[in-house]
Amino acid sequence: MCGVCGCGDGEVRIGGKPAHKSHSGHDHSHQHHHEAGSATVNSDGGDQNRWLHIEQDILSKNDRYAEDNRARFNELEVLALNLVSSPGAGKTSLLTATAEAIGGAPHMAVIEGDQETENDAERIRATGVDAVQINTGRVCHLDAHMIGHAMDELTLSAGTVLFIENVGNLVCPAAFDLGEHHKVAILSVTEGEDKPIKYPDMFAASDLMILNKTDLLPYVDFDVERCVEYARRVNPQIAVLQLSARNGEGMEDWLAWLANASDRLTTPVRQRPVVQVNA
Amino acid sequence: MHELSIAQNLIELVSEHASQEGACRVRTIRIRLGELSGFQRALYFCFERVAQNTVCEGARLEIETVPLTLHCGTCNDTRRPSTRYSFRCCECGMPASEVVTGREMQITAIEFGFAGTDVPAPDLSSKHERLTAARQIN
Repeated sequence: MCGVCGCGDGEVRIGGKPAHKSHSGHDHSHQHHHEAGSATVNSDGGDQNRWLHIEQDILSKNDRYAEDNRARFNELEVLALNLVSSPGAGKTSLLTATAEAIGGAPHMAVIEGDQETENDAERIRATGVDAVQINTGRVCHLDAHMIGHAMDELTLSAGTVLFIENVGNLVCPAAFDLGEHHKVAILSVTEGEDKPIKYPDMFAASDLMILNKTDLLPYVDFDVERCVEYARRVNPQIAVLQLSARNGEGMEDWLAWLANASDRLTTPVRQRPVVQVNA
Repeated sequence: MHELSIAQNLIELVSEHASQEGACRVRTIRIRLGELSGFQRALYFCFERVAQNTVCEGARLEIETVPLTLHCGTCNDTRRPSTRYSFRCCECGMPASEVVTGREMQITAIEFGFAGTDVPAPDLSSKHERLTAARQIN
């Protein structure tokens, strides 16, 4: 682990290499944040023990890295999406289907997050898309600092959509801002319609919920209407799309959502129509 | 177990403050957690483990829980949700999605100990006592 910033902690590897070898000579195109932050500090006196009263966000370091990432995305005019789901919901299949529909580089790039293996990045690269794999080791989520390093490995240009496939986990990734423009929660119809209320933090933090594997709806007891109602109970604004990455049903709505989100990124705020990204 | 990462972030920040203050140990850390912050009480156990061999070892963690409140546009007031994770006003039942409080994850106070101190640290060796002490401030 890097003794100065803590990056490279544990067994994190990016593109098969340790996240940090040593602090002297490692490259960053993002800033390191070692300062204590902008906390308001008031000390009380005391002879032996002393209280320090502050207001400092516990994830302030992650949040500052996330802000750096967001600034880089905006400067590059790259739409960044953080895809979150439980393991096996079909994130990688959705990405390979998306790659087939919109083409590889420069239209899209992918950061893959898994505890181990390069399998998902290899599946993405097989479609002609630039992908970098982050192996988080024992860590159950991606954080903003890992994303800053992974971006250095990718060629990003104006109009690229960067998909960040988070570790399959419906709990932990909700707490960590990566600097993305939208979190997209993917739920497959084989999982049960009550996931949004069982794991409310994730659905509360997402702007879009994709119901995947709709080709299996005739074979499973999944109540779509109830699932949407549960999702809106924890997030009244959440947009919902239904699709099957396997047979392509509903993919055009997803591509339209992507195009709309990308347009919103490059349209100055004052020119944007006052409508939601999607209903 | 993202509480482990949260505990690491917490201890890193507190250790920086301890270093700036010239403190040799940290006795107490007070944090404020919103109901929506995604934290669980498992943080206590992660904290204890991550604090080992740091200036925070043996420190007491006190957690203040901040309830979820929403701005209800219909009542034009701050309200509690009708039920847990329901973003509807408890009074009029209309949707209210603007969170006023409940997302907090903040350090609010740190008690430092300095060399030469002869005041013993509170004896909170068992998890039960530590949890009881933390609940008393809620």
